[in-house]
Amino acid sequence: MSHKQTKLTQNPLQKIWVPWMSSKLSRRRGSSVPQFTNSPTMIVMVGLPARGKTYISKKLTRYLNWIGVPTKVFNVGQYRRDAVRTYKNFEFFRPDNEEAMKIRKACARSALSDVGTYFMLEHGQAAVFDATNTTRERREIILSYAKDNGYKVFFIESICDDPEIIAENIKQVKLSSPDYIDCDKEEAVADFLKRIECYKVTYVPLDDDKDSHLSYIKIFNVGSRYLVNRVQDHIQSRIVYYLMNIHVTPRTIYLCRHGESELNLVGRIGGDSGLSPRGSQFAGALGKYIKSQSIPDLKVWTSHMKRTIQTAEALGVAYEQWKALNEIDAGVCEDLTYEEIQANYPEEFALRDQDKYRYRYPKGESYEDLVQRLEPVIMELERQENVLVVCHQAVMRCLLAYFLDKSAEELPYLKCPLHTVLKLTPVAYGCKVESVSLNIEAVNTHRDRPAVSACDRVAESS
Amino acid sequence: MNSGEGCSEEIPLPSSPRELTQNPLKKIWIPCKNGLPEKHIFQRKVCMTNCPTLIVTVGLPARGKTYISKKLTRYLNWIGVPTKEFNVGQYRRECVKIYKSFEFFSPDNEEGLKIRKQCASAALNDVRQYLTDEGGQVAVFDATNTTRERRDTITRFAEQNGFKVFFVESVCEDPAVINENIVQVKLGSPDYTHCNTDEAVEDFMKRIKCYENSYQTLDEVLDRDLSYIKIIDVGRRYLVNRVQDHIQSRIVYYLMNIHITPRSIYLCRHGESDMNVKGRIGGDSGLSLRGKDFARRLGQFIQKQDISDLKVWTSQMKRTIQTAEGLNVPYEQWKALNEIDAGVCEEMMYEEIQDHHPLEFALRDQDKYRYRYPKGESYEDLVQRLEPVIMELERQENVLVICHQAVMRCLLAYFLDKSAEELPYLKCPLHTVLKLTPVAYGCKVESIFLNVDAVNTHRDRPENVNVHRTTEDALQTVPPHL
Repeated sequence: MSHKQTKLTQNPLQKIWVPWMSSKLSRRRGSSVPQFTNSPTMIVMVGLPARGKTYISKKLTRYLNWIGVPTKVFNVGQYRRDAVRTYKNFEFFRPDNEEAMKIRKACARSALSDVGTYFMLEHGQAAVFDATNTTRERREIILSYAKDNGYKVFFIESICDDPEIIAENIKQVKLSSPDYIDCDKEEAVADFLKRIECYKVTYVPLDDDKDSHLSYIKIFNVGSRYLVNRVQDHIQSRIVYYLMNIHVTPRTIYLCRHGESELNLVGRIGGDSGLSPRGSQFAGALGKYIKSQSIPDLKVWTSHMKRTIQTAEALGVAYEQWKALNEIDAGVCEDLTYEEIQANYPEEFALRDQDKYRYRYPKGESYEDLVQRLEPVIMELERQENVLVVCHQAVMRCLLAYFLDKSAEELPYLKCPLHTVLKLTPVAYGCKVESVSLNIEAVNTHRDRPAVSACDRVAESS
Repeated sequence: MNSGEGCSEEIPLPSSPRELTQNPLKKIWIPCKNGLPEKHIFQRKVCMTNCPTLIVTVGLPARGKTYISKKLTRYLNWIGVPTKEFNVGQYRRECVKIYKSFEFFSPDNEEGLKIRKQCASAALNDVRQYLTDEGGQVAVFDATNTTRERRDTITRFAEQNGFKVFFVESVCEDPAVINENIVQVKLGSPDYTHCNTDEAVEDFMKRIKCYENSYQTLDEVLDRDLSYIKIIDVGRRYLVNRVQDHIQSRIVYYLMNIHITPRSIYLCRHGESDMNVKGRIGGDSGLSLRGKDFARRLGQFIQKQDISDLKVWTSQMKRTIQTAEGLNVPYEQWKALNEIDAGVCEEMMYEEIQDHHPLEFALRDQDKYRYRYPKGESYEDLVQRLEPVIMELERQENVLVICHQAVMRCLLAYFLDKSAEELPYLKCPLHTVLKLTPVAYGCKVESIFLNVDAVNTHRDRPENVNVHRTTEDALQTVPPHL
């Protein structure tokens, strides 16, 4: 046991304390990244066509990436489309079509191989294997591939017999698929239904007895019931929690910032000031806009900071305050202008521009910290239906990045101007965004990534 | 203060927005008129449901119902949802002073059945009082509830009173698990104080048999409209049906993360820091010489404990990391474990806080749990911040958490079921490791002082908490420092 006290040094970007190792060979003992799992995880979808597998795959991937787990979807249908340039009809999927079977198997193997590459060479932590995987044989192939490589496997099976839901799925995402580009609606639907029949013949659902040693969740009828078997670790537990909170009921999420604040007017960041006169005007306009939208059962959320609450007050409806929605804590830079930060903390200012996502203000937070803080807000937003979130610039960027699947690099530069409402409506596999400016002047608080590097930086007004 | 699912209230649009004032204790902005706070604002509370919730356990004896009830109640109270459990067996023991034998539970013992029914009704009555008159939000109705008939009675009761119902069924056929249950919690039950072990076990087994014939498990089809979770084989498998709202979702998540594998949780603070020695709070200083000594001793202690697969967690503050470095094992840094943010009071001595912010200092003594430092946090905020840590602690097995005074108080309060009033005054001295081992329905605590002296950082609540008190009164309980 070493009796020498290791010196610590603070990583200047993230403000993480690390041992000051003179020897480059000694591995750092302290991890500051949450250890969700020690081996990569394969998330394997199971289910007949039009059961929401791709919807779940994409949504789950978006969520995992947002919370910091590098995840990627491998859609075997995509591989098939790349291999067989033109889709003729459902006959391709007949269980007795040997030629097609060979191609489909090859596509699955190719996708599996890419999963391996993603884990080994691209630092992926989770891979979502999106295909029907409806036979035990196919699932065995996946399981032995995972076993050979030391990957964990978690199955997500979607079971649904409600013809209305299936019809709606087909309408939303199948009719516009590349497979049916040259078909008319009725032809496409008829063909797709026959496609589903092809799979039904050989479909063997996960069996609660024979597959009792596997880790899986079965989702029945879009979430009215779940069967969860053998959750192995933290990441699987989080996946289960997430899947159990999402729904497909149509709804709208409105995101906006507080009205222009007194500190905004003088170019200062952070603080807890009240609204400027224009900000109050915006609050009034927001109230009128919300009323005009006639939203049933709208929930309104604010932060604990004066400016968002003042904004909500003008709406004349009940609202909830979340501390988690407070603006990013700028630590020692609170209440300063960018000029003052440049003058007093030029190194910090430069570091921030180098990696705005991971940069943590001294005695403050980073965007990365913000995301972790906001995760319960996202989870509750998923549970809810119509919600208006009145928040702050950095917070809104984080929430927006979740809904629009923006990377950590893009996130801190997303444009979230004052006095503008973003209306988000889930559609197909993504989110429709409408930007509504309420036509009230306000300062611009957006600071783009500067072109000059830290070394060349001369104090300039940003 | 209630808010949540349901229609949003319409208040007529004011011609100008209401004035806001900041509540001096919690630093929450609330609307005011003429300087006085107006109607209650809606602040994000955990339980987002309009109606109280009745959680109903279901299962044969020795399936862990009471274990789950108590644990769930403890968790919900800790996260701020007023919860209480109602154990029907307890009512029965009060009614029938002496337990003779399993025959009391025989399905053809009419006298027994009458008494048991009465006890269930009495318990439900108390549930109604708790949820309707005493401000409770969740009640856990802990009984076997193994027949559909009994469950229908409860469901009707809940409907009449406007309560939501959520069933928690525990199904287990593993004889090893059942035997262990009996050993852990039944042998020590008041029912068996006068029996020897073999007699007790035999009688209890016959008791279980009495229930088996009439047991109607929650059925996928017949009970498809109910909200429930079925826990199979101590968590190997779960069946979740119709989760209605946020609180039920949180309950499901919690139940799916707990386990009963024996393990130990070690809690301690960082070694004595330079700030500690000067009597200053907060900051991000390094260890004093004595603190470094503690780190070494902690390493030795951990080695001697010979713990399999120990996980070590620290905060992201220098002093906990320095302490962990002394252990020579891998550790994980959690920002969530950082010490409470004292805002404008960071790095001050108590004397300086009294000098510069005497009102704040007094408010803190008045309600230390809810008090939020200006531009800082409250213990209440800390608990919310620490909830993911607790969730992960439940998932894990052997863990050593190296943290800070306020943080350790919050974690300890969770494990030892301490109230919000007691929490901020729990004693967590430097250089002392608390070893927590789950046992029966609670937690055994062992306190191990590692024999390295350190300053005392514990400040008791002074007698005088009035905002106009003298400096002397305010500083009455400040521990000595340099």
